[in-house]
Parts: sequence; structure tokens; C-alpha cells
Amino acid sequence: MVAYYVQQMDAVFKALADTSRRKLLDRLYETNGQTLTELCENLDMTRQAVTKHLRLLEKANLVATVWRGREKLHYLNPVPLHEIYERWIGKYDRPRLQALSDLKKSLETTKEEKE
Amino acid sequence: MEKPKLVYTTYIRTTPEKLWAAITEPEFTRQYWGGGMANISDWKQGSPWRHVTRGDQPETYITGQVLECVPAKRLVLSWADPDDLADKSRVIFEIEPFREMVCLTVTHDDFTAGSTMVGKVSGGWPRVLSSLKSFLETGKGLDVACDHK
Repeated sequence: MVAYYVQQMDAVFKALADTSRRKLLDRLYETNGQTLTELCENLDMTRQAVTKHLRLLEKANLVATVWRGREKLHYLNPVPLHEIYERWIGKYDRPRLQALSDLKKSLETTKEEKE
Repeated sequence: MEKPKLVYTTYIRTTPEKLWAAITEPEFTRQYWGGGMANISDWKQGSPWRHVTRGDQPETYITGQVLECVPAKRLVLSWADPDDLADKSRVIFEIEPFREMVCLTVTHDDFTAGSTMVGKVSGGWPRVLSSLKSFLETGKGLDVACDHK
């Protein structure tokens, strides 16, 4: 069970540790459900390189795919990212982030009231 | 054919039957969905279904119809805010065994033009699905999911 979690996390971190792959995720965030051809547009990467990066992203489950006829559509799948958030940020920093956000809110309210 | 708007997948170490129960039985749903929300229906094709809060007088947040139901395999629901029934969309749960795991794909599509639902659910699904995975694998949903509606 532990090995399985480590494997999954490793795949996600490995997939994210590359500028080109993060760029592909950003492009899917802008427009979800793109084909390979659409993703290749205006990119300084060969089609082969994009294919390779997408395969890694799919393996890490950061990209979900759907076939529509002969077209393969790529979707940003943030489910594993939420698991990372939960493990590395959520449980440690939530109270602190909450305190900061409360502080911000209270300072901003006071300022508005003065004005 | 319009292309689907939102597609999420998660691989869960469980069985299709347990995953099905986690989606359709309120006593399980409440443990991971967040805010103690549950899905209520008899899960027969054509029946209504409701996504409701806990308590004696449950409040309905989402409502719709069961469009397709193949236990442990496929569930298709129509999906709308009861205060804005015209803004209707569709949610498809697909369950497929994958090696010693189960792959769950959730597709949320068929949004009406100008739907406000996309924005409301796109942050929520990843949270619900990672909490569902945690619940089935460890017996406990994620706390953070419970902080949100």
C-alpha cells in the first residue's frame, strides 16, 4: 500500500518537474479538451516532444483523455494536485493561511470604515 | 457533438461495487463529500435524485433525474440548482476495473449557454474525488473537503 502511494506521488512530482509539461497544463487550464494538434499550435516544441510529454502527464493522471470519433481530447485533471495540496499544504498551513486571510480581511475592513 | 466541458479521472484501490456504494448510499457519501452532503434516490432510470444536506429538514442543493443507471458501471444524472432549473447540465460517472484498481471518470457536460454551473463545480469536483479516493482507501475522507460546501 505504501509503495503504491509513493509510486503515484513520484509520477506526479516527476511530471510537474518540467517547464514544458507545466506549460502544457497551463494551456489546458486556459482551454480544456484540446487535441494534440491544437496543443502544438504556437509552441516551440515538436509534435513528437508534445506527444512524449502528454504521455507522461497521462501516466501521472494529470491529464485525462476522451476519444471523440478519431480525435483524442486532453483535459486537465487536477485531482492528483488536490492530493498534493492536502498532503503538503493543507494539513500544515491551513491554520496559518487562515490567520493571514483573517488579518487581511480585518485590516481591509478597518481601512474601508475609516474612509 | 459538443465536446465535454469537464473530465476528471481518479484511480482508486477498491472494487467497482464499493465505489458504486460510495456514490449512491447516503451513509457513505456523507463521510467524504464535504458538508455531510448526500445523494438521495432509488437510482432507477427516470427517478428523481437530490443532493442534500444532513439533518431532519435536509436542504436540496442540486436536483435532477437519473438518466441511466447500470450499477457498479455507469450512472448518468441531470444536474441543476433547484432555484435555477433552466441551468441544467449532465454528470456521468463511469466505473472501470483497471489492474487491481478501479478507474472512475466523471464527466460534467451539456451545460446551457451562459451557465454559471461550470464555475461553481470546477473547483469542487477535484476536492470531492480526492476525498472519495481517500475515503475508500483509508476509511476516512479528507477534512478539507468538509470545510467547504
